Amino acid sequence: MKLNRRVFLGTGAAAAASLSAPNVLADGHGKPRVVVIGGGAGGATAARYIAKDSKGAIDVTLVEPSRTYFSCFFSNLYLGGFKEIDDLGHTYGTLAAKYGINVVHDWAVDVDRDGKTVTLAGGGQLPYDKLILSPGIDFVDGSVEGWSLAAQNAMPHAYKAGSQTELLKAQIAAMPEGGVFAMVAPPNPYRCPPGPYERISMVAHTLRANNPTAKIIVADPKPKFSKMGLFQEGWADHYEGMIDWIGEEFGGGDVSVDPSAMTVTIDGEETKVDACNVIPAQKAGRIAEMAGVTDGNWAPVNAIDMSTKADADVHVLGDASMQGDMPKSGFAANSQAKVCANAVRGALTGSKVFPAKFTNTCWSLIDANDGVKVGATYEATDEKIAKVDGFISQTGEDSATRKATYEESEGWYAGITADMFS
Amino acid sequence: MGRGYRHLLAAIVVILTATMAPAVETGDAEKGAKLFSKCKGCHEVGKDATDRIGPHLNGIFGREAAAHDGYAYSKSMRRAGVDGLIWTAETLDAYIENPRALVSKTRMSFRGMKDPQDRADLMAYLRVYSDNPADIPEAEPTARGTDHDLDPAILALKGDPEYGEYLSSECLTCHQSDGSAEGIPSITRWPEEDFVIAMHAYKRKLRPHPVMQMMAGRLNDEEIAALAAYFKSLD
Repeated sequence: MKLNRRVFLGTGAAAAASLSAPNVLADGHGKPRVVVIGGGAGGATAARYIAKDSKGAIDVTLVEPSRTYFSCFFSNLYLGGFKEIDDLGHTYGTLAAKYGINVVHDWAVDVDRDGKTVTLAGGGQLPYDKLILSPGIDFVDGSVEGWSLAAQNAMPHAYKAGSQTELLKAQIAAMPEGGVFAMVAPPNPYRCPPGPYERISMVAHTLRANNPTAKIIVADPKPKFSKMGLFQEGWADHYEGMIDWIGEEFGGGDVSVDPSAMTVTIDGEETKVDACNVIPAQKAGRIAEMAGVTDGNWAPVNAIDMSTKADADVHVLGDASMQGDMPKSGFAANSQAKVCANAVRGALTGSKVFPAKFTNTCWSLIDANDGVKVGATYEATDEKIAKVDGFISQTGEDSATRKATYEESEGWYAGITADMFS
Repeated sequence: MGRGYRHLLAAIVVILTATMAPAVETGDAEKGAKLFSKCKGCHEVGKDATDRIGPHLNGIFGREAAAHDGYAYSKSMRRAGVDGLIWTAETLDAYIENPRALVSKTRMSFRGMKDPQDRADLMAYLRVYSDNPADIPEAEPTARGTDHDLDPAILALKGDPEYGEYLSSECLTCHQSDGSAEGIPSITRWPEEDFVIAMHAYKRKLRPHPVMQMMAGRLNDEEIAALAAYFKSLD
């Protein structure tokens, strides 16, 4: 066993690490510096692991505009009444106090890759040896005709959790009896593949209790979606006749909205709606583009350490990255962050670098105690993060299994948020 | 269960209570021995019982919670002990029915035993090892959490905790490093042997959980040993 480990340590990453470490230290500025932009599942995890495992040998700065992070994962459960908004909120105090991370609540507005500095909206400059970008998503302008960010109050996206999620919940609660809720679902690839459909389930759960004659329309540009069989089975079992999913073949991709008139037009047919959730097409958070590491909408990365194809000292994690087979999820970002943290620490301090392994599992709630999940493991190849093995919940599972799956998802939430913030 | 049957059972319990020796008055210890199979993945009881994933249960009746020396209890269980929780028929019954309801965030990831008669039988069995520990029958099969046919060479592997620490980051997305269990079991401070046996059981799909089968499926023998060594070392 020792032999095996020596072989892979001796040949690959560790050798590279021991070569690059003296270069950094030779710059004469003392401790190596890592700047992490974005304090979500990717960024908070990366900052925490680098600071924790380097035991003070690396200066870590985390740039995150929000003082409280509201997790997008589980925000649908808030819409369904299973969680309070405060259950989703997390703060950065422990990262600063326990690990010495320099937490800066500001926007990063520019990256100078030649000078290796990040510029903050407040005017400050942060020099770095390694930069980790984990900015999540922004929306593609004009992807839904008639909708823009200026209309996000009339028709919320609620795809970055927080005030948008609260707004959407309030609008669902205010729907008149027998009213219509519409969702414009996004094209691939987007954050949290089962997210829109879990959201439909949670909206249906709320309406069934408070407004049982209400209707739900989903306009979807895709012919199929994540966990489709499981959701459709669940919708038929729990919310019969309530949900009308209009996929690609029925014109679900031909959609426009009028936020001032509160109408949605699908395949030429206009419908008056009472609440409308527009989830536009997505791209990497804007700082990735400003750093010049994107190609099209996303930032291509090397699977072995999440470094960008454009710059070996700039890493991109999570939703913003184009990495291969992993879905854009909080679990995936957290998994990628640990691989990246291990590699960055190795490059800066010469610590052991172990081979990259990635995992993802996405739980979704269809109705009370009716949880389902899909997951896979991945490895780094020269081309991409490649899927190794996977599983998915089965249709027709017994209620005890579904309940256990939901309880497991609650355990995961406690686990991942502890892995990010505690 | 039908209504009439339940009445019949209640009547039998009354008769048993009235006629049998005090040591088994709470239920049927033989049935309880079978029910203990649900517990023995983590607990041992009887002759030579030792602490495994959970503490051994000899002498549990009358003991203060978290009072058994040598076992690393969760903070929650220690707090319950300080607050005066003592294991009696009543408190054990409540705990076994729904562990998380009585003491939350402990390392015991057991969903609970709903049937009151099952709980009574189980406690009757446990009580045998509390009232008369000297009388534990030599021939009684000791309940061991280590039933397995794993190659001794695999069990003999010495894991590298540093490698285990890196690998553990994958586990810690779900399992908590402080050992608390909320919907997902605690995996800290397990005896290394139990950890290795459990992971190989997932790898060979003898244990049913799909996420764990997938995770264990791509870990080799050294990696499992490394994880066992690392998680054993966590406080």
